[in-house]
Amino acid sequence: MVASEFGVPPNLLDLLKEPVLAVQDFLVLTGRALKNIFLSPHYTDDIFLQMDGIGVGSLQIVALTGTFSGAVMALQMARALASYGQVGKTGTLVSLTLVRELGPVLTALMVAGRNASGIASELGSMKVTEQIDAMRALGTDPVQKLVTPRVIATAVMLPLLVIIADFVGLAGGWLIADFFLSIPSKQYWSSAWRALDWSDVAQGLLKPLVFALVISLIGCYYGLRTTGGTQGVGRSTTQAVVMATVLIFIFDLMITKIWVS
Amino acid sequence: MADAPPQPILQFDRVTVRFDGADVLTDLSFAAFEGESRVILGASGSGKTVLLKTALGLIRPDSGKVYAFGKDITIMSERELFDIRSRMGMLFQESALFDSLTIEENVAYPLENIKSIQCPKDQVLPRVKEALEFVELGATLEKFPSELSGGMRRRAAIARAVVTGPPLVLYDSPTAGLDPITAHTIITLVIKERDISQTTAMIVTHRYQDGNLVANFRYNSKQGTLEPARNGERQGARTTFMVLKEGRLVFEGDQDRLELSKDAYVRKFVKPRV
Repeated sequence: MVASEFGVPPNLLDLLKEPVLAVQDFLVLTGRALKNIFLSPHYTDDIFLQMDGIGVGSLQIVALTGTFSGAVMALQMARALASYGQVGKTGTLVSLTLVRELGPVLTALMVAGRNASGIASELGSMKVTEQIDAMRALGTDPVQKLVTPRVIATAVMLPLLVIIADFVGLAGGWLIADFFLSIPSKQYWSSAWRALDWSDVAQGLLKPLVFALVISLIGCYYGLRTTGGTQGVGRSTTQAVVMATVLIFIFDLMITKIWVS
Repeated sequence: MADAPPQPILQFDRVTVRFDGADVLTDLSFAAFEGESRVILGASGSGKTVLLKTALGLIRPDSGKVYAFGKDITIMSERELFDIRSRMGMLFQESALFDSLTIEENVAYPLENIKSIQCPKDQVLPRVKEALEFVELGATLEKFPSELSGGMRRRAAIARAVVTGPPLVLYDSPTAGLDPITAHTIITLVIKERDISQTTAMIVTHRYQDGNLVANFRYNSKQGTLEPARNGERQGARTTFMVLKEGRLVFEGDQDRLELSKDAYVRKFVKPRV
Protein backbone atom coordinates (compact mmCIF):
# COMPACT_ATOMS: atom_id res chain seq x y z
CA MET A 1 0.00 0.00 0.00
CA VAL A 2 2.60 2.48 1.18
CA ALA A 3 4.88 1.71 -1.72
CA SER A 4 2.19 2.21 -4.32
CA GLU A 5 1.14 5.52 -2.72
CA PHE A 6 4.60 6.86 -3.53
CA GLY A 7 4.56 5.32 -6.97
CA VAL A 8 7.46 3.00 -6.12
CA PRO A 9 7.18 -0.68 -7.04
CA PRO A 10 6.78 -2.71 -3.82
CA ASN A 11 9.64 -5.07 -4.69
CA LEU A 12 12.05 -2.10 -4.89
CA LEU A 13 11.23 -1.18 -1.30
CA ASP A 14 11.71 -4.81 -0.30
CA LEU A 15 15.14 -4.71 -1.88
CA LEU A 16 16.03 -1.62 0.16
CA LYS A 17 14.75 -3.08 3.41
CA GLU A 18 17.71 -5.37 4.02
CA PRO A 19 20.52 -2.83 3.45
CA VAL A 20 18.68 -0.23 5.54
CA LEU A 21 18.28 -2.75 8.36
CA ALA A 22 21.96 -3.70 8.04
CA VAL A 23 23.03 -0.05 8.33
CA GLN A 24 20.74 0.36 11.33
CA ASP A 25 22.20 -2.74 13.01
CA PHE A 26 25.72 -1.54 12.28
CA LEU A 27 25.00 1.88 13.80
CA VAL A 28 23.46 0.27 16.88
CA LEU A 29 26.55 -1.93 17.29
CA THR A 30 28.81 1.12 16.83
CA GLY A 31 26.87 3.07 19.44
CA ARG A 32 27.00 0.22 21.95
CA ALA A 33 30.70 -0.45 21.37
CA LEU A 34 31.62 3.21 21.85
CA LYS A 35 29.33 3.65 24.87
CA ASN A 36 30.90 0.60 26.50
CA ILE A 37 34.30 2.33 26.50
CA PHE A 38 32.98 4.38 29.43
CA LEU A 39 31.13 1.55 31.19
CA SER A 40 32.47 -1.18 33.44
CA PRO A 41 33.60 -3.92 33.35
CA HIS A 42 36.69 -3.04 31.34
CA TYR A 43 38.42 -6.05 29.83
CA THR A 44 41.95 -4.63 29.99
CA ASP A 45 43.64 -7.99 29.41
CA ASP A 46 41.63 -8.47 26.23
CA ILE A 47 42.57 -4.97 25.04
CA PHE A 48 46.31 -5.71 25.44
CA LEU A 49 45.88 -9.13 23.83
CA GLN A 50 44.19 -7.55 20.83
CA MET A 51 46.79 -4.75 20.68
CA ASP A 52 49.43 -7.44 20.45
CA GLY A 53 47.58 -9.34 17.75
CA ILE A 54 46.51 -6.35 15.69
CA GLY A 55 49.49 -4.06 16.25
CA VAL A 56 52.58 -6.17 16.84
CA GLY A 57 51.23 -8.91 14.58
CA SER A 58 50.82 -6.49 11.67
CA LEU A 59 54.19 -4.79 12.15
CA GLN A 60 56.10 -6.92 9.65
CA ILE A 61 53.67 -6.61 6.77
CA VAL A 62 53.14 -2.89 7.41
CA ALA A 63 56.90 -2.26 7.47
CA LEU A 64 57.37 -4.17 4.22
CA THR A 65 54.51 -2.36 2.51
CA GLY A 66 55.73 1.01 3.75
CA THR A 67 59.32 0.44 2.64
CA PHE A 68 58.43 -0.70 -0.85
CA SER A 69 55.78 1.95 -1.44
CA GLY A 70 58.26 4.66 -0.34
CA ALA A 71 60.90 3.24 -2.66
CA VAL A 72 58.49 3.02 -5.60
CA MET A 73 57.23 6.54 -4.93
CA ALA A 74 60.80 7.85 -4.99
CA LEU A 75 61.47 6.18 -8.34
CA GLN A 76 58.22 7.40 -9.90
CA MET A 77 58.45 10.95 -8.53
CA ALA A 78 62.09 11.32 -9.55
CA ARG A 79 61.14 10.36 -13.09
CA ALA A 80 58.34 12.91 -13.18
CA LEU A 81 60.45 15.62 -11.52
CA ALA A 82 63.36 15.01 -13.90
CA SER A 83 61.43 16.67 -16.73
CA TYR A 84 61.37 19.88 -14.64
CA GLY A 85 64.97 19.46 -13.48
CA GLN A 86 63.72 19.10 -9.89
CA VAL A 87 64.93 15.61 -8.93
CA GLY A 88 66.23 17.09 -5.69
CA LYS A 89 62.61 17.61 -4.58
CA THR A 90 61.95 13.85 -4.54
CA GLY A 91 62.01 13.83 -0.74
CA THR A 92 59.28 16.47 -0.64
CA LEU A 93 56.89 14.51 -2.81
CA VAL A 94 57.60 11.16 -1.17
CA SER A 95 57.05 12.72 2.23
CA LEU A 96 53.78 14.46 1.34
CA THR A 97 52.34 11.48 -0.50
CA LEU A 98 53.25 9.05 2.24
CA VAL A 99 52.12 11.07 5.23
CA ARG A 100 48.91 12.38 3.70
CA GLU A 101 47.76 9.39 1.69
CA LEU A 102 49.76 6.25 1.13
CA GLY A 103 50.85 5.66 4.72
CA PRO A 104 47.35 5.75 6.22
CA VAL A 105 45.56 4.06 3.32
CA LEU A 106 48.05 1.28 2.60
CA THR A 107 48.49 0.50 6.29
CA ALA A 108 44.73 0.45 6.78
CA LEU A 109 44.32 -1.86 3.78
CA MET A 110 46.95 -4.23 5.13
CA VAL A 111 45.36 -4.24 8.59
CA ALA A 112 41.90 -4.64 7.04
CA GLY A 113 43.06 -7.66 5.05
CA ARG A 114 44.73 -9.16 8.06
CA ASN A 115 42.53 -8.14 10.97
CA ALA A 116 39.02 -7.39 9.68
CA SER A 117 39.10 -10.93 8.29
CA GLY A 118 40.61 -12.30 11.50
CA ILE A 119 38.02 -10.58 13.67
CA ALA A 120 35.12 -11.63 11.44
CA SER A 121 36.23 -15.26 11.28
CA GLU A 122 36.93 -15.49 15.02
CA LEU A 123 33.62 -13.93 16.05
CA GLY A 124 31.82 -15.78 13.26
CA SER A 125 33.13 -19.12 14.51
CA MET A 126 32.06 -18.19 18.04
CA LYS A 127 28.61 -17.27 16.73
CA VAL A 128 27.97 -20.50 14.83
CA THR A 129 29.23 -22.65 17.71
CA GLU A 130 26.89 -20.82 20.12
CA GLN A 131 29.80 -19.36 22.12
CA ILE A 132 28.27 -15.88 21.79
CA ASP A 133 24.98 -17.19 23.20
CA ALA A 134 26.92 -18.96 25.96
CA MET A 135 28.67 -15.69 26.78
CA ARG A 136 25.33 -13.93 27.13
CA ALA A 137 23.95 -16.82 29.17
CA LEU A 138 26.96 -16.58 31.49
CA GLY A 139 26.49 -12.91 32.33
CA THR A 140 28.71 -11.22 29.78
CA ASP A 141 27.77 -8.64 27.18
CA PRO A 142 29.49 -9.87 23.98
CA VAL A 143 29.79 -6.30 22.70
CA GLN A 144 31.60 -5.27 25.88
CA LYS A 145 33.81 -8.36 25.95
CA LEU A 146 34.55 -8.84 22.25
CA VAL A 147 33.82 -5.67 20.28
CA THR A 148 34.94 -2.81 22.53
CA PRO A 149 38.44 -4.25 23.22
CA ARG A 150 38.99 -4.76 19.48
CA VAL A 151 37.84 -1.22 18.71
CA ILE A 152 40.12 0.29 21.37
CA ALA A 153 43.07 -1.89 20.36
CA THR A 154 42.74 -1.05 16.66
CA ALA A 155 42.21 2.66 17.37
CA VAL A 156 45.42 2.73 19.44
CA MET A 157 47.57 0.55 17.18
CA LEU A 158 46.65 1.70 13.67
CA PRO A 159 47.91 5.30 14.09
CA LEU A 160 51.14 3.89 15.57
CA LEU A 161 51.48 1.51 12.62
CA VAL A 162 50.91 4.42 10.24
CA ILE A 163 53.70 6.41 11.92
CA ILE A 164 56.00 3.41 11.46
CA ALA A 165 54.86 2.91 7.85
CA ASP A 166 55.48 6.61 7.09
CA PHE A 167 58.95 6.44 8.58
CA VAL A 168 60.04 3.22 6.86
CA GLY A 169 58.48 4.52 3.64
CA LEU A 170 60.64 7.63 3.84
CA ALA A 171 63.60 5.38 4.56
CA GLY A 172 62.75 3.29 1.49
CA GLY A 173 62.62 6.46 -0.59
CA TRP A 174 65.93 7.56 0.87
CA LEU A 175 67.57 4.26 -0.16
CA ILE A 176 66.45 4.84 -3.76
CA ALA A 177 67.43 8.53 -3.62
CA ASP A 178 70.85 7.69 -2.25
CA PHE A 179 71.76 4.67 -4.38
CA PHE A 180 70.03 5.34 -7.70
CA LEU A 181 69.24 9.05 -7.91
CA SER A 182 72.43 10.44 -6.40
CA ILE A 183 70.49 12.77 -4.14
CA PRO A 184 72.54 13.59 -1.04
CA SER A 185 71.01 12.11 2.11
CA LYS A 186 70.94 15.46 3.88
CA GLN A 187 69.06 17.06 0.99
CA TYR A 188 66.53 14.20 0.84
CA TRP A 189 65.77 14.23 4.56
CA SER A 190 65.66 17.99 4.91
CA SER A 191 63.31 18.40 1.92
CA ALA A 192 61.14 15.60 3.24
CA TRP A 193 61.01 17.16 6.70
CA ARG A 194 60.38 20.72 5.51
CA ALA A 195 57.58 19.64 3.19
CA LEU A 196 55.40 18.65 6.14
CA ASP A 197 53.39 20.95 8.33
CA TRP A 198 51.21 20.15 11.32
CA SER A 199 48.11 19.94 9.16
CA ASP A 200 49.64 17.06 7.19
CA VAL A 201 50.57 15.22 10.36
CA ALA A 202 47.11 15.77 11.84
CA GLN A 203 45.47 14.51 8.64
CA GLY A 204 47.82 11.54 8.58
CA LEU A 205 46.81 10.61 12.11
CA LEU A 206 43.08 11.36 11.90
CA LYS A 207 42.65 9.06 8.93
CA PRO A 208 44.00 5.92 10.65
CA LEU A 209 41.80 6.65 13.65
CA VAL A 210 38.70 6.65 11.44
CA PHE A 211 39.97 3.65 9.45
CA ALA A 212 40.58 1.79 12.72
CA LEU A 213 36.93 2.22 13.71
CA VAL A 214 35.86 1.05 10.26
CA ILE A 215 38.11 -2.05 10.28
CA SER A 216 37.29 -3.20 13.80
CA LEU A 217 33.57 -2.47 13.70
CA ILE A 218 33.05 -3.97 10.25
CA GLY A 219 34.97 -7.11 11.31
CA CYS A 220 32.91 -7.42 14.48
CA TYR A 221 29.63 -6.64 12.73
CA TYR A 222 30.03 -9.30 10.06
CA GLY A 223 31.37 -11.77 12.62
CA LEU A 224 28.45 -11.31 15.00
CA ARG A 225 25.81 -11.66 12.27
CA THR A 226 27.29 -14.88 10.89
CA THR A 227 24.87 -17.69 10.17
CA GLY A 228 25.15 -20.93 8.24
CA GLY A 229 28.04 -22.84 9.80
CA THR A 230 31.57 -22.84 8.44
CA GLN A 231 30.39 -21.70 5.01
CA GLY A 232 28.81 -18.70 6.71
CA VAL A 233 32.09 -17.92 8.48
CA GLY A 234 33.90 -17.84 5.14
CA ARG A 235 31.21 -15.60 3.68
CA SER A 236 31.37 -13.18 6.63
CA THR A 237 35.15 -13.01 6.40
CA THR A 238 35.08 -12.11 2.72
CA GLN A 239 32.29 -9.57 3.21
CA ALA A 240 34.15 -7.94 6.08
CA VAL A 241 37.35 -7.45 4.07
CA VAL A 242 35.52 -6.16 0.99
CA MET A 243 33.33 -3.77 2.96
CA ALA A 244 36.21 -2.49 5.11
CA THR A 245 38.32 -1.89 1.99
CA VAL A 246 35.56 0.00 0.21
CA LEU A 247 34.76 2.08 3.29
CA ILE A 248 38.44 2.96 3.78
CA PHE A 249 38.51 4.52 0.30
CA ILE A 250 35.19 6.30 0.82
CA PHE A 251 36.24 7.75 4.19
CA ASP A 252 39.65 8.65 2.78
CA LEU A 253 37.99 10.72 0.07
CA MET A 254 35.61 12.34 2.56
CA ILE A 255 38.35 13.30 5.04
CA THR A 256 40.62 14.57 2.27
CA LYS A 257 37.80 16.64 0.77
CA ILE A 258 36.96 18.18 4.15
CA TRP A 259 40.65 18.83 4.83
CA VAL A 260 41.32 20.39 1.45
CA SER A 261 38.21 22.56 1.75
CA MET B 1 -5.89 -21.48 55.88
CA ALA B 2 -5.15 -23.09 52.50
CA ASP B 3 -1.61 -23.05 51.12
CA ALA B 4 -0.98 -20.66 48.22
CA PRO B 5 -0.75 -22.51 44.91
CA PRO B 6 2.87 -23.10 43.88
CA GLN B 7 4.33 -20.52 41.50
CA PRO B 8 5.83 -21.81 38.27
CA ILE B 9 9.60 -21.48 38.05
CA LEU B 10 9.24 -21.00 34.27
CA GLN B 11 6.10 -20.08 32.40
CA PHE B 12 5.39 -19.47 28.72
CA ASP B 13 2.19 -17.58 28.04
CA ARG B 14 1.09 -17.71 24.39
CA VAL B 15 4.62 -17.22 23.12
CA THR B 16 5.23 -16.77 19.42
CA VAL B 17 8.70 -16.43 17.91
CA ARG B 18 9.23 -15.61 14.24
CA PHE B 19 12.36 -15.75 12.13
CA ASP B 20 12.20 -13.99 8.75
CA GLY B 21 8.42 -13.87 8.88
CA ALA B 22 8.00 -17.60 9.58
CA ASP B 23 6.71 -18.88 12.93
CA VAL B 24 9.29 -20.94 14.80
CA LEU B 25 7.23 -21.11 17.99
CA THR B 26 3.48 -20.60 17.75
CA ASP B 27 1.24 -19.61 20.63
CA LEU B 28 3.18 -21.80 23.06
CA SER B 29 2.00 -22.00 26.66
CA PHE B 30 3.18 -24.18 29.54
CA ALA B 31 4.32 -23.87 33.14
CA ALA B 32 7.20 -25.73 34.78
CA PHE B 33 7.29 -26.03 38.55
CA GLU B 34 10.11 -26.39 41.03
CA GLY B 35 11.67 -29.85 41.14
CA GLU B 36 9.93 -30.92 37.95
CA SER B 37 11.69 -32.50 34.98
CA ARG B 38 10.45 -31.61 31.51
CA VAL B 39 11.46 -33.70 28.54
CA ILE B 40 10.93 -31.88 25.25
CA LEU B 41 10.68 -34.12 22.19
CA GLY B 42 10.29 -33.09 18.58
CA ALA B 43 11.73 -33.37 15.10
CA SER B 44 14.63 -31.20 13.93
CA GLY B 45 13.42 -27.66 13.32
CA SER B 46 10.38 -28.05 15.56
CA GLY B 47 11.54 -25.19 17.79
CA LYS B 48 13.05 -27.06 20.75
CA THR B 49 16.30 -25.09 20.88
CA VAL B 50 14.44 -21.82 20.25
CA LEU B 51 12.20 -22.67 23.21
CA LEU B 52 15.22 -23.04 25.53
CA LYS B 53 16.88 -19.88 24.20
CA THR B 54 13.62 -17.97 24.66
CA ALA B 55 13.41 -19.26 28.23
CA LEU B 56 16.90 -17.92 28.84
CA GLY B 57 16.07 -14.54 27.29
CA LEU B 58 18.54 -15.03 24.43
CA ILE B 59 15.67 -14.73 21.96
CA ARG B 60 12.86 -12.24 22.48
CA PRO B 61 9.40 -13.49 21.53
CA ASP B 62 7.41 -11.55 18.94
CA SER B 63 4.34 -11.92 21.12
CA GLY B 64 3.41 -13.50 24.43
CA LYS B 65 5.13 -13.46 27.80
CA VAL B 66 7.86 -15.53 29.41
CA TYR B 67 8.03 -15.58 33.19
CA ALA B 68 11.13 -16.93 34.91
CA PHE B 69 11.13 -17.08 38.71
CA GLY B 70 7.93 -15.02 38.65
CA LYS B 71 9.40 -12.16 36.59
CA ASP B 72 8.42 -11.18 33.08
CA ILE B 73 11.71 -11.48 31.20
CA THR B 74 10.30 -10.24 27.90
CA ILE B 75 10.39 -6.64 29.11
CA MET B 76 13.85 -6.80 30.70
CA SER B 77 16.96 -5.17 29.27
CA GLU B 78 20.01 -7.33 28.50
CA ARG B 79 21.70 -6.19 31.73
CA GLU B 80 18.60 -6.94 33.81
CA LEU B 81 18.50 -10.41 32.26
CA PHE B 82 21.97 -11.23 33.58
CA ASP B 83 20.54 -11.59 37.08
CA ILE B 84 17.78 -13.97 35.91
CA ARG B 85 20.24 -15.95 33.79
CA SER B 86 22.51 -16.39 36.82
CA ARG B 87 19.74 -18.61 38.23
CA MET B 88 19.64 -20.79 35.12
CA GLY B 89 22.26 -23.15 33.78
CA MET B 90 22.33 -24.00 30.10
CA LEU B 91 24.01 -26.84 28.29
CA PHE B 92 24.24 -25.84 24.64
CA GLN B 93 23.84 -28.36 21.83
CA GLU B 94 27.47 -28.15 20.68
CA SER B 95 28.72 -27.60 24.27
CA ALA B 96 29.70 -23.99 23.37
CA LEU B 97 32.86 -24.12 25.46
CA PHE B 98 35.12 -21.12 24.80
CA ASP B 99 37.86 -22.67 22.71
CA SER B 100 40.46 -20.05 23.63
CA LEU B 101 40.10 -20.87 27.35
CA THR B 102 41.18 -23.95 29.28
CA ILE B 103 38.58 -26.20 30.87
CA GLU B 104 39.39 -24.63 34.24
CA GLU B 105 38.85 -21.13 32.83
CA ASN B 106 35.66 -22.23 31.08
CA VAL B 107 34.13 -23.65 34.24
CA ALA B 108 35.34 -20.67 36.28
CA TYR B 109 33.81 -18.24 33.74
CA PRO B 110 30.33 -17.93 35.32
CA LEU B 111 31.82 -17.63 38.81
CA GLU B 112 34.08 -14.79 37.70
CA ASN B 113 31.71 -12.99 35.36
CA ILE B 114 28.23 -13.20 36.82
CA LYS B 115 28.08 -10.28 39.23
CA SER B 116 25.20 -11.59 41.33
CA ILE B 117 27.09 -14.82 42.10
CA GLN B 118 29.72 -12.86 44.08
CA CYS B 119 32.08 -15.80 44.41
CA PRO B 120 35.19 -14.90 46.47
CA LYS B 121 38.36 -15.29 44.39
CA ASP B 122 39.82 -17.92 46.69
CA GLN B 123 36.65 -19.98 46.28
CA VAL B 124 36.74 -20.10 42.48
CA LEU B 125 39.28 -22.91 42.03
CA PRO B 126 37.80 -25.20 44.72
CA ARG B 127 34.33 -24.80 43.16
CA VAL B 128 35.68 -25.43 39.68
CA LYS B 129 37.43 -28.58 40.89
CA GLU B 130 34.26 -29.71 42.66
CA ALA B 131 32.17 -29.19 39.51
CA LEU B 132 34.70 -31.05 37.37
CA GLU B 133 34.89 -33.89 39.89
CA PHE B 134 31.09 -34.05 39.71
CA VAL B 135 31.30 -34.80 35.99
CA GLU B 136 34.38 -37.00 36.52
CA LEU B 137 36.74 -34.70 34.65
CA GLY B 138 38.98 -33.75 37.54
CA ALA B 139 42.18 -34.26 35.53
CA THR B 140 41.35 -31.92 32.66
CA LEU B 141 41.83 -28.51 34.32
CA GLU B 142 44.69 -27.41 32.07
CA LYS B 143 43.37 -28.89 28.85
CA PHE B 144 41.71 -26.93 26.05
CA PRO B 145 38.29 -28.01 24.71
CA SER B 146 39.87 -29.09 21.41
CA GLU B 147 41.94 -31.66 23.33
CA LEU B 148 38.83 -33.40 24.69
CA SER B 149 36.48 -35.89 23.05
CA GLY B 150 32.88 -34.93 22.24
CA GLY B 151 31.54 -36.66 25.34
CA MET B 152 34.16 -35.05 27.58
CA ARG B 153 33.35 -31.61 26.15
CA ARG B 154 29.67 -32.23 26.90
CA ARG B 155 30.59 -33.18 30.48
CA ALA B 156 32.76 -30.09 30.87
CA ALA B 157 29.88 -27.98 29.57
CA ILE B 158 27.58 -29.57 32.18
CA ALA B 159 30.14 -28.64 34.85
CA ARG B 160 30.10 -25.04 33.59
CA ALA B 161 26.29 -25.00 33.55
CA VAL B 162 25.92 -26.21 37.13
CA VAL B 163 28.99 -24.72 38.84
CA THR B 164 26.93 -21.80 40.20
CA GLY B 165 24.24 -24.15 41.57
CA PRO B 166 21.34 -22.79 39.49
CA PRO B 167 17.83 -23.93 40.49
CA LEU B 168 16.83 -24.35 36.83
CA VAL B 169 19.00 -26.18 34.29
CA LEU B 170 18.25 -26.29 30.56
CA TYR B 171 19.82 -29.07 28.51
CA ASP B 172 19.79 -28.72 24.73
CA SER B 173 20.18 -32.18 23.18
CA PRO B 174 22.71 -33.40 25.76
CA THR B 175 23.15 -36.77 24.06
CA ALA B 176 23.02 -35.68 20.40
CA GLY B 177 25.80 -37.14 18.28
CA LEU B 178 27.19 -39.36 21.04
CA ASP B 179 27.62 -43.11 21.08
CA PRO B 180 25.14 -45.04 23.29
CA ILE B 181 27.62 -45.56 26.15
CA THR B 182 28.67 -41.90 26.30
CA ALA B 183 25.04 -40.83 25.88
CA HIS B 184 24.11 -42.97 28.90
CA THR B 185 26.96 -41.39 30.90
CA ILE B 186 25.71 -37.91 30.01
CA ILE B 187 22.09 -38.61 30.87
CA THR B 188 23.26 -40.20 34.15
CA LEU B 189 25.01 -36.90 34.93
CA VAL B 190 21.83 -34.98 34.11
CA ILE B 191 19.85 -37.17 36.52
CA LYS B 192 22.65 -36.99 39.13
CA GLU B 193 22.63 -33.19 38.98
CA ARG B 194 18.84 -33.09 39.18
CA ASP B 195 18.61 -35.45 42.16
CA ILE B 196 21.61 -34.25 44.19
CA SER B 197 21.01 -30.51 43.71
CA GLN B 198 17.20 -30.86 43.56
CA THR B 199 17.08 -28.72 40.43
CA THR B 200 14.33 -28.24 37.90
CA ALA B 201 15.46 -29.64 34.57
CA MET B 202 14.29 -29.03 31.02
CA ILE B 203 15.78 -31.55 28.65
CA VAL B 204 15.50 -31.28 24.89
CA THR B 205 16.16 -34.58 23.16
CA HIS B 206 15.42 -36.70 20.10
CA ARG B 207 15.91 -39.91 22.04
CA TYR B 208 12.94 -41.34 23.85
CA GLN B 209 15.23 -43.51 25.98
CA ASP B 210 16.71 -40.31 27.49
CA GLY B 211 13.23 -39.23 28.56
CA ASN B 212 12.51 -42.70 29.84
CA LEU B 213 15.61 -42.65 32.06
CA VAL B 214 14.79 -39.16 33.34
CA ALA B 215 11.22 -40.19 34.17
CA ASN B 216 11.85 -43.60 35.68
CA PHE B 217 15.28 -43.56 37.27
CA ARG B 218 16.93 -41.74 40.13
CA TYR B 219 20.54 -41.35 41.15
CA ASN B 220 21.82 -43.53 43.96
CA SER B 221 24.65 -41.45 45.42
CA LYS B 222 25.93 -44.34 47.57
CA GLN B 223 26.41 -46.68 44.63
CA GLY B 224 27.03 -43.94 42.07
CA THR B 225 24.55 -45.48 39.65
CA LEU B 226 20.98 -45.04 38.45
CA GLU B 227 18.21 -47.09 40.00
CA PRO B 228 14.56 -47.46 38.98
CA ALA B 229 12.08 -45.01 40.49
CA ARG B 230 8.60 -44.61 39.07
CA ASN B 231 7.00 -41.19 38.77
CA GLY B 232 6.06 -39.80 42.15
CA GLU B 233 8.67 -41.78 44.01
CA ARG B 234 11.30 -39.09 43.56
CA GLN B 235 10.21 -37.11 46.64
CA GLY B 236 7.08 -35.88 44.88
CA ALA B 237 8.94 -34.64 41.81
CA ARG B 238 7.51 -35.58 38.46
CA THR B 239 8.48 -35.73 34.83
CA THR B 240 6.37 -34.10 32.14
CA PHE B 241 6.79 -34.77 28.45
CA MET B 242 6.22 -32.12 25.80
CA VAL B 243 6.15 -32.82 22.07
CA LEU B 244 6.69 -29.98 19.60
CA LYS B 245 5.65 -30.06 15.97
CA GLU B 246 6.57 -27.14 13.72
CA GLY B 247 6.65 -24.76 16.68
CA ARG B 248 3.37 -25.91 18.19
CA LEU B 249 2.93 -27.87 21.40
CA VAL B 250 1.05 -31.00 20.29
CA PHE B 251 1.41 -32.97 23.52
CA GLU B 252 1.96 -32.21 27.21
CA GLY B 253 1.59 -34.81 29.90
CA ASP B 254 3.19 -37.68 31.77
CA GLN B 255 4.80 -40.74 30.25
CA ASP B 256 1.74 -42.97 30.62
CA ARG B 257 -0.41 -40.51 28.65
CA LEU B 258 2.37 -40.08 26.10
CA GLU B 259 2.54 -43.79 25.46
CA LEU B 260 -1.24 -43.98 25.08
CA SER B 261 -1.33 -41.12 22.58
CA LYS B 262 -2.91 -41.98 19.24
CA ASP B 263 -1.36 -38.98 17.46
CA ALA B 264 0.76 -40.33 14.61
CA TYR B 265 3.43 -37.62 15.04
CA VAL B 266 3.68 -38.16 18.81
CA ARG B 267 3.91 -41.91 18.37
CA LYS B 268 7.01 -41.51 16.20
CA PHE B 269 8.93 -40.48 19.31
CA VAL B 270 7.60 -43.14 21.64
CA LYS B 271 9.05 -46.56 22.23
CA PRO B 272 6.74 -48.23 24.76
CA ARG B 273 8.43 -49.60 27.87
CA VAL B 274 8.93 -53.36 27.99
